[in-house]
Amino acid sequence: MINLEIPKKFKPLVSQGNQVAKEVFRPISRKYDEAEHSYPKELDMLASLIDGMNEGSDMGGAGAAGVRREERAGDGENRNGSNLSTVLGIVELCWGDVGLLLSMPRQGLGNSAIASVATAEQLERYGGRWAAMAITEPEAGSDSAAIRTTAELDGDEYVLNGEKIFVTSGDRADLIVVWATLDRSKGRAAIKSFIVERDNPGLKLDRLEHKLGIRASDTANFTLQDCRVPQEALLGDPEVKEKGFAGVMETFDNTRPLVAAMAVGVARAALEETRKRLKQAGVDVDYSTPALSQHAAAARFLEMEADYEAAWLLTLQAAWMADNGKPNSLQASMAKAKAGRACVDITLGCVELCGGAGYGEGELLEKWARDAKILDIFEGTQQIQLLIVARQLLGKSSSELR
Amino acid sequence: MTTTTSDTEKGASVAERGMGFGLRALNNLAGSDLLDRLRLRKQVERALFQGTKGGFRSATAAGRTFKAAQQLGKPARQKQGRSTGLFDLAPDDEQRMFQEGGRAFAEAKVRPAALDADAACATPKELLAEATELGVNMLGVPEELGGVMHEQAAVTSVLIGEALAHGDMGIAYAALAPGAVATAIGHWGNAEQEATYLPAFTGEDVPAAALAILEPQPLFDPLQPQTRARRKGEEWVLDGVKSLVARAADCELFVIAAEAEGIGPALFVVESGAKGLAVEAEPAMGLRPAATGRLLIEDVRLPSAALLGEGKAEDYVDCVNRSRVAWCGLATGTAQAVLDYVIPYVNERQAFGEPISNRQGVAFAVADIGIENDAMRLATYRAASRADRGEEFAREAAIARRLCAVKGMQIGSEGVQLLGGHGFVKEHPVERWYRDLRAAGVMEGALLV
Repeated sequence: MINLEIPKKFKPLVSQGNQVAKEVFRPISRKYDEAEHSYPKELDMLASLIDGMNEGSDMGGAGAAGVRREERAGDGENRNGSNLSTVLGIVELCWGDVGLLLSMPRQGLGNSAIASVATAEQLERYGGRWAAMAITEPEAGSDSAAIRTTAELDGDEYVLNGEKIFVTSGDRADLIVVWATLDRSKGRAAIKSFIVERDNPGLKLDRLEHKLGIRASDTANFTLQDCRVPQEALLGDPEVKEKGFAGVMETFDNTRPLVAAMAVGVARAALEETRKRLKQAGVDVDYSTPALSQHAAAARFLEMEADYEAAWLLTLQAAWMADNGKPNSLQASMAKAKAGRACVDITLGCVELCGGAGYGEGELLEKWARDAKILDIFEGTQQIQLLIVARQLLGKSSSELR
Repeated sequence: MTTTTSDTEKGASVAERGMGFGLRALNNLAGSDLLDRLRLRKQVERALFQGTKGGFRSATAAGRTFKAAQQLGKPARQKQGRSTGLFDLAPDDEQRMFQEGGRAFAEAKVRPAALDADAACATPKELLAEATELGVNMLGVPEELGGVMHEQAAVTSVLIGEALAHGDMGIAYAALAPGAVATAIGHWGNAEQEATYLPAFTGEDVPAAALAILEPQPLFDPLQPQTRARRKGEEWVLDGVKSLVARAADCELFVIAAEAEGIGPALFVVESGAKGLAVEAEPAMGLRPAATGRLLIEDVRLPSAALLGEGKAEDYVDCVNRSRVAWCGLATGTAQAVLDYVIPYVNERQAFGEPISNRQGVAFAVADIGIENDAMRLATYRAASRADRGEEFAREAAIARRLCAVKGMQIGSEGVQLLGGHGFVKEHPVERWYRDLRAAGVMEGALLV
């Protein structure tokens, strides 16, 4: 039975998320945009609350920790599970503030990586702790197979050496999931992820970035110098084989819809504010009158709202497929690509429509337009998503379509 | 509202204006020295003489007599669907059956007939009869009156439209147009109108019929049609022009939108035999297999019972929105056809020593087609499923329409672009899809879910 509405059972979660966004995030949104690098301490209490929500239900929560491909799905019965609920929660929270969402303790992308590929034993050991993700290096961004950080087995420990940049919440998290290669001559097959304790003496914080947007969220650069971790810190399978990298990349099939959801939330915030302001200016958006017979601003708004809806629906589709055990790599990238670019276009368009009010710091519209840009970049840029989509549609390997 | 029509044209009768369109075209032809160079002037002139002895316009089809069979005390209505409360993208078994039937028919029969139907500006009668056998014209007919669908079937209609338009949008339009009239009467008609007209749509000999809302003026707004219905005693008198009506010359029954005096925009049931109706061929950029025509309505007198249902404003808006969703279904299917066609093409076409799809410039265009097409489909499904459950769907219909108008056209354009010069010639269907996809943002009315 085709139905593209928010599932009834998740409505309480959506409404909770919306309240948190409205009551906790929005009031401190501008404050932490201005006070870059200061920790939003208001989030501690909230994080405990969300932990409680995750604990108390199988619905997932508002963070990334809940996403994991549903194993028992695939029996033909329709499931709405943690992928869908997480996406819905994130949309609401990012309607509040995406920078603050990214700063939420224990909801980092490292937590998703752990949730996606950790063994039961690792889940036990690292569960409940805040994990950041360290992939990018100065010389390797989208091409994550080209990373140079090395991991060498020495006795029952791995020794990590290299440099990592753009680590979201890197300074605040308890753990860093570090991508490193066991053997640079073996290419992607040798790339593994390792869990490093933040207080490991071999992990040195170089600096925190000053950024265009999401300034509430800290972005750290690290040097790993003879950083020793126990053998059990390697996530997943230690064997060097071609499928291993695919396993690491699988994390992203689960997290791309989450970033798409962030973009959807930010876009919705801008649209809602703009609709209100247009109304004050005497421009109503009407759905039954043809767009081109309305005020040009209304027609523009409709165009943007259509793109917003497209991004939202593609995001829900990707999450729903994950909940039902269907391979969704294609749909996850479609959602991320569409949501990333739509969010940038929409927030910038809203600033333009609202003019001086939109551009000034008196409102949040200009902030959303700054925050938006990262959503079309991290977790795979627009161009990387298009590559993934194109390869799948065309049936091409990464060596044919580079 | 200002128009560019000259004063003389404004004063002219509908008939004279009809003649005017033809004469202007003729004048262009006569002024062209192409005819002389090709030594064709004599033949063309003779053909014109034969073809125009009766004037440029023709009468509407004679049509059958519609008579009320057994009449129910109150109008029968399909039930609203119920929600399971869960998000779900899988069609139910019945919907899947229609979808698969539609797909098989589109692949085996529609696509192979599309090129010729486009050139001939007509769809073969046998093909339309086969489409009728799929049940496409009775989806909106309540069970009590011989229909097959217990519940409302907007999603089912979208799935069928999508499937048929994957074969060809113009043929899909021709095949589905009569069903729009049945659905309109089944949704909003009173008991007598249902009893009179619906039985004809449940048999084998389904009449050509059209839901005529669109008018030829720029910035046409279906909520403000220029076609007028004046009250004259117990009668309605209609005047106006309707555009791009499928199989206009064959239609036996019309449902016509007009600004009704004292009511606002409303629908009227008009049989083709009504005095004052005329049709004129109106071939267009695309949708050519639907043999589109203009319907000229001049002092057409109708009994008061011709007003569909109670002429409620919300029914009319509902109709306009359901039409838009139907066109979105077609656009989604045709856009998918573009994607399915360009993939093997760009994978096989070689340039600079490798398939052109190895280049990001080409591959990203394919990716964008895939992304936007998926979004068009989801937005359309959302609008249709809300309609089936009796929920508000004006917003969702408007959004689906914007996506299908803008992205659908982009997809049509990219389809031609990816084939380059080969896309521009009729050897490949992408130029036809380019022409057809423009319709999704233009058409109003004509189809219903």
